Formats: sequence, structure tokens, C-alpha cells
Amino acid sequence: MMFVPGNNPGMIKDAGIYGADSIMFDLEDSVSIAEKDAARFLVYQALRTLDFGAKEIVVRINDLESGLGIRDLEAIVRAGVHIVRLPKTDSAQDVVDCEQEIVRIEREAGIPEGRTGMMAAIESANGVLNAKEIAFSSDRLIGIALGAEDYVTDLKTTRSDGTELLFARCMILNAARAAGIDALDTVFADVNDEAGFLEEVKLIKKLGFDGKSIINPRQIEPLHKAFMPSEADLEKARAIMEAIAEAEARGSGVASLKGKMIDRPVVLRAQRMLALADVDGAGEV
Amino acid sequence: MELVQTGMAGTVESSDIMVTLEPRETGGIAISLSSSVMQQFGKQIEQVIRQTLAELGVSHASVDAVDKGALDCTVRARVYAAAYRAASSEAYDWGAM
Amino acid sequence: MRDIKEIYADIPHIEDISQHGVYQSKRTKATETFAVRTQARNKVAADLKEAIRNSGLRDGMTISFHHHFRNGDNVVNMVVETLAEMGFKNLTMAASSLSGVHAPLIEHIKNGVITHIETSGLRGELAEQVSRGLMDFPVVFRSHGGRGAAIESRDIHIDVAFLGAPSCDPFGNANGYSRSEEQTISCGSLGYARPDARNAGHVIIITNHIDAFPNAPYAIPSNYVDSVVLVDNIGDPKGIMSGATRYTTNPKELVIAKAAADVIRASGYLYDGFSMQMGSGGASLATARFIRQMMLQEGFRCRFALGGITGQIVSMHEEGLIDRILDVQSFDLIAAESLLKNRFHQQIDSCYYASYLRTAAVNQLDFVVLSALEIDTDYNINVLTGSDGVIRGAVGGHPDTAAGASLSVVVAPLTRGRIPSIVNRVNTVVTPGSTVDVVVTDQGIAVHPDRTDVQAKLAEAGIRLSTIQELKERAESIVGIPDPIRYKDKIVGVVLYRDNTVIDVIRQIDEDE
Repeated sequence: MMFVPGNNPGMIKDAGIYGADSIMFDLEDSVSIAEKDAARFLVYQALRTLDFGAKEIVVRINDLESGLGIRDLEAIVRAGVHIVRLPKTDSAQDVVDCEQEIVRIEREAGIPEGRTGMMAAIESANGVLNAKEIAFSSDRLIGIALGAEDYVTDLKTTRSDGTELLFARCMILNAARAAGIDALDTVFADVNDEAGFLEEVKLIKKLGFDGKSIINPRQIEPLHKAFMPSEADLEKARAIMEAIAEAEARGSGVASLKGKMIDRPVVLRAQRMLALADVDGAGEV
Repeated sequence: MELVQTGMAGTVESSDIMVTLEPRETGGIAISLSSSVMQQFGKQIEQVIRQTLAELGVSHASVDAVDKGALDCTVRARVYAAAYRAASSEAYDWGAM
Repeated sequence: MRDIKEIYADIPHIEDISQHGVYQSKRTKATETFAVRTQARNKVAADLKEAIRNSGLRDGMTISFHHHFRNGDNVVNMVVETLAEMGFKNLTMAASSLSGVHAPLIEHIKNGVITHIETSGLRGELAEQVSRGLMDFPVVFRSHGGRGAAIESRDIHIDVAFLGAPSCDPFGNANGYSRSEEQTISCGSLGYARPDARNAGHVIIITNHIDAFPNAPYAIPSNYVDSVVLVDNIGDPKGIMSGATRYTTNPKELVIAKAAADVIRASGYLYDGFSMQMGSGGASLATARFIRQMMLQEGFRCRFALGGITGQIVSMHEEGLIDRILDVQSFDLIAAESLLKNRFHQQIDSCYYASYLRTAAVNQLDFVVLSALEIDTDYNINVLTGSDGVIRGAVGGHPDTAAGASLSVVVAPLTRGRIPSIVNRVNTVVTPGSTVDVVVTDQGIAVHPDRTDVQAKLAEAGIRLSTIQELKERAESIVGIPDPIRYKDKIVGVVLYRDNTVIDVIRQIDEDE
């Protein structure tokens, strides 16, 4: 998921060319308070006019408490955004409040109810502790994400090697998995520190995250590469799927590969791996 | 929409346009445009500005626009933002845009 | 010994053997030491004016310059200023290229000192004024190979060449760098100056640094040189070259470069022992970085890299990935230093590089990666005039390398700001579509319809292809359709193809309301 500042027409214009799986136009932190209205108009017009192909389009709105969030929703839900990213989610109620507004706007605008998806970013100690309730709070929620900058401030620490985020990452990941939705990791701010970025990517992949937010297109390729299953993994996944198909053809409920029974989680992992490889291949220019 | 003050939106960065709207009583829309792509897109940019102001119901205004190669959707967004600022209004009508 | 005079007439076929008569004995040889001799009798003129007076230059003649000092050059302005003071008129300037720093020429065009310009490129104020109709005689644009060929074949007859050199000895052995201990300015290769030195009627070296004879190695040998002028300032090192050309961090250029490298690999021209040329533009240079990664992965080596040379090529040479470098122009200090220290980094001249009159180095290229301002749906390329019709570039080696390389890859962003790069018809045809093989943009790749072999290989590798028409339409869908540029009738420039046939003209821009 690539962050694109919502008040920068040049970056918005080119957002679609980098092979990111989803593009997140930001109305929140990257836009100064005096330019909130201008950014909102710009993202609205861009969503209605520009062709971003098959990419998932996300807009990060301002929080509802600021009063700006409602205005953002009025514009971008009407513009047909795929996913609303809610920042600073501290409780399930935050998601419910936002969803109610989305429902109202969808009705007013004649948009099929439920078309607008949601994603909640958790950025505080309170939010992390409420991660499970947040993850289960709405059917519209496709995932939850960690927003680390505010979170470490809340914890009275700073970002370092990732130790400081371990608890939050595990909480969010477990909550997401329990609710059957995606878990997305936070941004890595130093674009020039490629080694540090790769370290972090390795870690979150090991933990089990589905993806990561990025702030520069240059981070897309290394991220995709790291998440891309190896050829050996893919071969194994294909063999598993073949064995399953064979078993089904035989009318047998039990499939085995090289004498070992194939469990359902193994099948699910193989499916996910093949889907991932497919997406990555299609994303290339 | 009634303009009550000077409204400005946009920047002079590449792919953007800075639009300044001044209210006036009569005389229709007067546009002063400078653009890095004047020869190729000057007429089209003027037309988009006029059309957007018409949608907003602004019939008299002087417009100063400094364009650095903005796309039509950016021109529209900046005119909208400048107009609402000039009208000192936050009663956005998204359905009409 | 019998007197040779007596039998001279009896030598059979003497008229075919020699027409110089009989040897006359007389003692004329110098006897001073070498040290005294190089001081007392050499080619160093008192000053530029004396050198010009001795050259036999007259009104209406052709003078030449090279552009290895790029935007730091002081030689062109200094010489033309002096010629103006001396009252010369109606001169033809045959420069290998001209830059923004040469704006003072405008005044000398207006006062009639210079009435005709031959060059590879024009930039800055001079270019703008030419586009607005400054000159009556159209500026003639040639490629580097085309210029070399024109000089060799005397299409361009150079009467006096004024060649700046960062190092020279009292007899004219001149070079773009120096092996002496003393620090001097460096420009690396003097490739574009060498055809001038070889073919001009009179050659004047202008230097800020005189070294002891022989200034070896040299780009220009003393036997081509008539006089040497020592001046304080031949150019500003900062404008002559940057310390190191950097790889771009622009994400869009990286997307294009990655795609270009993938195309090259998939088309079969990346193999052990291949040859290549990389442009110095952001995306074309960045392609080298991805090519390097592929070479490391596959264990491939490059037999030679050609062209304008950058530090990136040098570092690949030094890490053993490129065997030989053929350098017609050094783009940065690292390239210039490499010429000094790496023995397989060879300086070449523009005829060797790209002349169509013989098999040139460009004809040995597997692939070249080239930038473009505009590409049209017939694959013609413009690198000379901007989207507003004003001259702001250079032909360079573009048509030479596109014609010579087995695979020419042209890289460009689909749009620049609001300007589409893919159009129906380029403003100025510099490189004809018949020599272009692949166009790579950030939003799609198109292969020339004649290259069905490349199309098949790319398809096989799973690289998605568009037609050039689709790319043009995609660009238009983003930025809209630009209004055409308005021109007047006056022809201000004539573009010659590398064989010196006329390929296009540039007209005066029409700015009337």
C-alpha cells in the first residue's frame, strides 16, 4: 500500500505506474491544516477522473473527532473510493461511528450500500489493547494496520530495531487473524536505508503480516521481492494443489503428497502463495 | 455562489496550478493565465476554468492563474477550492461536482 | 664517389621515382640542446591575435571548435570576441556543439562576424533567438558521426580550427588531461576535436597549461598543429564536468530503466561478451544499474562499452564486468580520471565512433539505450526541439547509435508534466523510425512492427507489449490533446541525417497573438 500525499497533483498523477497493489491518497498527516479543503477537492477530482487501472484505491481520512473526517467522507465516498482508511482508531466504537456516516452517505448518494470498504489504523496503546474488538467491529473492515509513529510516542519510546513494536505487531496480527481480515504493517520512513527496510520486511513477513505501507515507490520492488515466494515454494504449492485436484477427481476426501497427508492449512497456504505470485507477476510493467 | 473575498488555491509546483479569484460586481469572468504549456493547452485551461466557475454559479470574477502543466482534474479542483475560499463557505455540494 | 648529377639523367623511370632533383649538401641542422631548442624554436604564439594573423584566416572562411568543455567553455567566446575586434566578418562556425554559455555569440551574429553555424546542438538564449529567426542562413545540425564524415569528405572544409586543450606542449601535442604532476583542468577525451585537427587547413591549440615536450599521451599529435596559444582561462571546471554523474533516484525513471533492462535481456542481446552504449540521461543511465545486476546474476561480461562515458561505466570496468571502454566524450571526472589510469580505457575520435563512411564502432553495438523528447507513431525520434517548437537539445550520437546497434531502445516517460512524449508526428525528425526498435515508457512498451523477432522474444518472456498507437492514446487520455505548435514559414534550421542527407527542417516559431 503506497502512501501518496493528497495535495500533490504531480504525485497523484503518477501514483498508478509503480506496481503497488494499492494506492492510499492521504488527507491526514501529509496535508497541512490550511490545505485540508484543497486536498479534499483534489483527491475527489482525481478519483473521479484518473484511471488507476485495477489498483485498490484507499483514502486516509482525518479522524472524526477533528470535524474534518466527516467532510472527507462526504467527498470520497461519493467519489467511489474502494477503502476508507480510518486513522487513530482507539476502539470499536470509532469504527462503528465512521461506518454509520458511510452508510448515510451511500444512501444519500444512491451508492449500493456496503460498497465502500474500511480499514482501521491503530496508533495508540489503547488501540492496540482493543485490537480484537476493533478487528471484529464491522463487516466492512478488510484489515487493520499499525501506525507506529504515534504509537511509539504514546509508549514514551522511539522507533529502533523493532523490539518496541513487537507487542503491537503481535496483537494486531492475532486480532486480524482471529477476525479473518488482513494485517498491514507500518511505514519505514528512511527511504535511503534499503538494508534497514529489508530487515524490517523480513521480520514482518516472519510474523505473518499480509503487507506493508510504504512511502516511496522505490520500496515497492524490494517489498514485493521479499514477499514473493521462492520458486521452490511455488513448485511445492503447485504440487499440493495438483494432489488436491487428483484426490477430488478420485472422489477421495484425503489427499497426500509423497506419502504425507495434506492438511487444510497446508492447502490454504499453498493457495495464498500462488495468488501472491500471480499478483506480483501481473504488477510488473 | 457569491464571492466575498480573495480566494487562492494551488501551488506553483510542477503539475499544479495556482488559482486566485477576486470578486467583482460586473464584467463576467476575466482570466489572466500564464502557463508552461501555453501554446499547447492555454485555450483548454481557460475553458475548464470558465466551465467550473459556471458550475459553481460564479458569473463575475477576475481570475489569475499560474499553471505548471496541471491536468484538467487539478484545474477543476483548484478552482473549486479557490471559489469556496473566496465565498468563505464550507457548504460543499459534492453531489453537484 | 661519382657525382650523382652526372648520372641523374640516366636513371630509368626517374620521372616516376622522384621529381625533387638532386641532393644539395648544406649544413642546417640545429645543435642547441633539446632543452634550449624547445624554448627558442617552437610553435607557441605571442598571443591569440598573432596566431590568428599567422593562420591566414580571411573573411568568409570556416572556423571550428569542439564542445568537450560543455557549458564551462571559454574558448568559443574568447576567440569570436577576438575575431570581432580584429574586424573579421562573414565567418562560418563549425562547432561540434554549442551550449547555453555561448549566448554572447548572439551579438556577433547580429554584427556580422558569424553568419552561418554548423553544430550538433544549441541550447539556452542562442537557441531561443535562432528559433525566433536570428539568422538568415539556417543553422545546420549534424550528428557526431555525420560531422566527422562531413569533415573527412570535405563537405565541411575547416580553414582554421581553434581547439581548446587542458594540456599541450610547445609543439602542439595536446590532450584533454595530463599525466604531469601539475594540476590542470581535465575534460577527458578530446574525441570530437580530432577530425578537426586532422583535416583543418590550420590548427591552433588554445591551452592554459604548457607541459614539456612530448606531452604524452596525446589526443592530438603535434604534426597536425600549427600554433599553440597559452591563455589564462580556457573554461570553468565546474561547467566542464561534474564530479560524478549520479544514478537517478527518481522513481519514474527507475521504473523505465528496469523495464528497459528487462527488454534487453529478454530480446537476447545480453549474453557473455556483449557490447553496449548507455546515454547519460536519468533513465538510460539507470538502465546500466539493472544491466549490472543481471550481469552479476548470470556471470556475463561486456566486451566493450562505447560512447559518452560516465563513472558508472568506469566502475563496472574496474570491477571486471566491462573489458574495454571506447570513449569519444568523458561525461564526468571519474571517466576522465579513468582515461588516465586504466589502460583498457581508450580515447577514440568521432569518425572512429560513428562515421557512416566506414565500419565504425557503433556498428559493433549489441544495444544502445537512448532518451527522447518526442516519439511519434512511426517511431521517429526528436531530441532537438522542445514541445513548444524551440530548439533546446542536440542531435549527438542519437541517429548514429540507433542505426548501428542491433537493438535500439528508446526510453521516455509517457508524459512530462502535461506534455505527451508519444505523438502523431514529432516536431523534428532527428532519428528515423526505421532505425528504432523498442520504445519503453513508464506505462507500456512498444516494439517496432518490423522487429517481429523481438516481439516474439518479449512475448515469450511474459513482457506485456502495447502498440505505439495505444501508448499515444494512453498519453492523450491523461493529458488531453495539445494544440499544434504554430510556425512561420522561415526555415531556421536544417537537420541532416548521419549520411548528410536532409531529414527535416526547423521553422521559426510563431508567437504572434
